[in-house]
Amino acid sequence: MDRTEIESKLVDLLVDELGIERDAITPDAKFEEDLDVDSLGVVELLMALEDNFGVKIPDEEAEQITTVGEAIDLVETKLNS
Amino acid sequence: MKRVALVTGASRGIGKAIALRLAADGHGVAVNYTANAEAADRVVDEIRAGGGTAIAVRADVGDSAAVADMFETVEDTLGRVEVLVNNAGITRDGLLLRMGPDDWNSVIETNLTSVYLCTRAAMRSMVRARWGRVISVSSISGISGNPGQANYAASKAGIIGFSKSIAREVGSRGITVNVVAPGFIETDMTEGLGDETARLVAEQAALARLGRPEEVAAAVGYLASDDAAYVTGQTLVVDGGLAL
Repeated sequence: MDRTEIESKLVDLLVDELGIERDAITPDAKFEEDLDVDSLGVVELLMALEDNFGVKIPDEEAEQITTVGEAIDLVETKLNS
Repeated sequence: MKRVALVTGASRGIGKAIALRLAADGHGVAVNYTANAEAADRVVDEIRAGGGTAIAVRADVGDSAAVADMFETVEDTLGRVEVLVNNAGITRDGLLLRMGPDDWNSVIETNLTSVYLCTRAAMRSMVRARWGRVISVSSISGISGNPGQANYAASKAGIIGFSKSIAREVGSRGITVNVVAPGFIETDMTEGLGDETARLVAEQAALARLGRPEEVAAAVGYLASDDAAYVTGQTLVVDGGLAL
């Protein structure tokens, strides 16, 4: 899966699972500050990423994620490792 | 079938009454038990005889791996757990000076760690569904304290603090988390306390009698219902006015 595919799937998850406006989602957008996702929402997103991409995201790595771009990076790294 | 409910420690006593009540309210019920498969099967038979849906599922709810297996079994047979009733509990009574680490640990593990394990296991699908009910059975011991029950009272008070915290964590996702705190209810667990204790308790209760398991189950039934949609983080005391 290439980066564009990961990005589009992740955007779909954000829209479908967390009810975020599609237009607001950019790589630089911060989950909590820009997208109004609360801390539980970030946990929900990570669970959705694990389920949809079949990757395992340890808590230490999950804590580092603040932007959409970082989430894409993480999934990409996990899928390629 | 309205919802899928899992009741821990449901082969007898208050748990059994809760399982029967939730089934009567139209929910599919997973009847968890630890040791007595026959008793659990009887509860399941009784529910099925009444036209309800039920399965029995064995698990030591203080054990993380066993809890994971139990949730998988329930999900595969009935569906995702939407109503979780943490009821399983044991007593190892004794005065503090005589209470060994085993007495302490086993009660905390079965009564409190189980609540953490089961609630966590249920939470993922509840958060995703934006709906869920967690109801845990505490005790008046956890509110008023009771000599000889330091371990039990600590575990039951722990359930209340735990539930208030989780109520705050997941309230925005349509999940309510509440506690029912029974007083002296006629079950196998209280039978061992003797007639004299029962008589004294009955004297102290405003309603001047002991409680029945069905009366605790009714409170759980309410908290699991749509009528209780705006109630969360609460402890509903069902003790006949014992601790006023």
